[in-house]
Amino acid sequence: MPAHLSIKEIADSQAQLRRKKLVLFAFTLPLLLFVMLAFVAPIATMLYRSVYHPTVAQLIPQTLKQMQGWETQSNTLPDNDSLVTFALELKSLAAERRSGKLAEEINRVFPGASSLIKSTARKLKRLDEQEIISSQGTILLDSHKKWHNPALWRAIASAGEVWTSRYYLTALDLQLSPEGDIESRDTRIYLKLYWKSLRIALLITLLTAVLAFPLSYFLANASSAKANTLLVFVLLPFWTSLLVRTTSWIALLQTNGVVNSTLKVLGIIDQPLELLYTEFATVISMTHILLPFMVLPLYSVMKNIDPSYFRAALSLGAKPLPAFAKIYFPMTLPGLSAGALLVFIISIGYYITPALVGGTDGQMISNIIAFHMQSSNNWELAAALGSLLLVLILALYWLYDRMVGVNNIKLG
Amino acid sequence: MAFPSYYSPLQKLGSLMLSASAYLVLAFLILPILVVIPLSFNAEPFFSFTPGMLALEPDAYSLKWYQQIIEDDKWLLAIKNSFIIGFFATLIATTLGTLAAIGLSNPNMPAQRWIMAVLLSPMIVPLIITAAGMFFFYTQFNLAGSYLGVIIAHAALGTPFVIITVNAALAGFDYSLVHASLGLGAKPGYTFFKVIMPLIRPGVISGALFAFVTSFDEVVVVLFLAGPEQRTIPRQMFSGLREQINPTILAVATLLVIVSALLLLTLEYLRARSVRIRLGTQ
Repeated sequence: MPAHLSIKEIADSQAQLRRKKLVLFAFTLPLLLFVMLAFVAPIATMLYRSVYHPTVAQLIPQTLKQMQGWETQSNTLPDNDSLVTFALELKSLAAERRSGKLAEEINRVFPGASSLIKSTARKLKRLDEQEIISSQGTILLDSHKKWHNPALWRAIASAGEVWTSRYYLTALDLQLSPEGDIESRDTRIYLKLYWKSLRIALLITLLTAVLAFPLSYFLANASSAKANTLLVFVLLPFWTSLLVRTTSWIALLQTNGVVNSTLKVLGIIDQPLELLYTEFATVISMTHILLPFMVLPLYSVMKNIDPSYFRAALSLGAKPLPAFAKIYFPMTLPGLSAGALLVFIISIGYYITPALVGGTDGQMISNIIAFHMQSSNNWELAAALGSLLLVLILALYWLYDRMVGVNNIKLG
Repeated sequence: MAFPSYYSPLQKLGSLMLSASAYLVLAFLILPILVVIPLSFNAEPFFSFTPGMLALEPDAYSLKWYQQIIEDDKWLLAIKNSFIIGFFATLIATTLGTLAAIGLSNPNMPAQRWIMAVLLSPMIVPLIITAAGMFFFYTQFNLAGSYLGVIIAHAALGTPFVIITVNAALAGFDYSLVHASLGLGAKPGYTFFKVIMPLIRPGVISGALFAFVTSFDEVVVVLFLAGPEQRTIPRQMFSGLREQINPTILAVATLLVIVSALLLLTLEYLRARSVRIRLGTQ
């Protein structure tokens, strides 16, 4: 601070700056609140859903309370009181037609439990409460031999936990062993799918980079009238609906589609190739859809590269290829990395195109999340899978911010 | 093609190969989109060219798939819904986004980087995650299966684009104009509409277009959040492509290609105008 300012003047200017900051913040506040409520809160809810699962605890609260005294590691059954309470609760659930929900929940932890619980519930429904109480749990044990299995009861206790890491374990193809240790599952589904999504995303990123590089170079070095005309061919796909572009690829790749007919007419093939509903279909249509995201940043960087560096290298005696690799290429890296990260981030979580053209082969992690949301109704597992994907994306977003800066994102 | 006289044969070959590969990539970009246009006039219910179409027989072409759009209540409802939802989502996103961008573009903005990262995140998070989260959260407030729910969701998805475009329009904005206006006694509201707004209008409009297209094109959130009453065009296309593939979808696709071409023209015009405005003020 210059010496000729008085203390009061300094304090005033500081107060003024604070006021200014407050006004600026007030401009941003409505949107910040809106995004927090409409977007961030839903994401937080999903994270919460992946670890918080009170359904079973709400269905059989008394049983779970009774079973607290039971030594889960011992190879015995819970005490008779627990068995009776469970039978009573199952009976009342059956009367309210909610036993199916319990069966589904336990079945997730103990495969095969679904039909057992359903049939037992049907049996219990016909009995009256006194009969169940006086039987001391034998009604339950006699109804099926599986009720003698301590593992089933451990599964019920485990399904009853309100806070659980179970869905994350499942999402990582792990499970809890009867002894309570974490062990890997025999069949790997989700890790394989994560790897596959990463592999497809990487392949698409590479393909877009290889296709975008010569095109961007050509556009950047063409006259501006020509470049502007040709850019329309990049921007029109960019602005065209995703569903339209996916539809086009279905029309192109199907058994009697344009690609197969053309190849047949040209005499290259006799039988139509199976192109649609494959991983190939997912890769080629997503490459097409995401190519503009690579071309546009690469083009804008290449346009600002001064050609005289390259010419200077040539006139100083460098061979064209080494000069290109050592002088020109490094200068394109900001555009290349921006485009590559953008394409990678978008493609890793893609849903619509794989769902429509991928068949069973070309599915990605998003598709299994949608499956658990819509078909198998295992929302907690969907939330856990989604949370893992989110962590991956946020790490990439952070990297993008470090390398490119989110403030530097430009459109069109 | 004309080459500079000092080019070696190898350089000529390289240059030829470069332009050839550039045109091939351009063809890869544009041909798949153009192919739906002739197919939508197919007289047969197929997604492929019939021999008659290739022989250019007039009978092989027909407008019946376009007629089906007009006659089908589902498509008409979807078109209406897409415009209603898109309009309100754009309105919310543009209003809030423009205000926020004015705050964010100022160098004195506190925690600028963090707030920016949060506000742009709807653009980065995969739609399937957003859709699942919104389904969990919005159901608690009875917003699932309602227009309001879809509008709010789409507005949130559109705001990052408004922030980016308005931010770009504000780059190099001369704040002394605001000080001058306020210093001469203009009220803040008057200053906003008469001084700031005219200078950033192209940015605001192109942000609004981006927000509209985001909503108009969005299908994952609609899949999870909308009921049958709120079906939009892309939602209708999605189920059409999954259930029975029908050339009506190709007709709709052709109409959408025309819409995006018009949009592109509008944006190009706005960009040129924005350049003119900026050159005029500097």
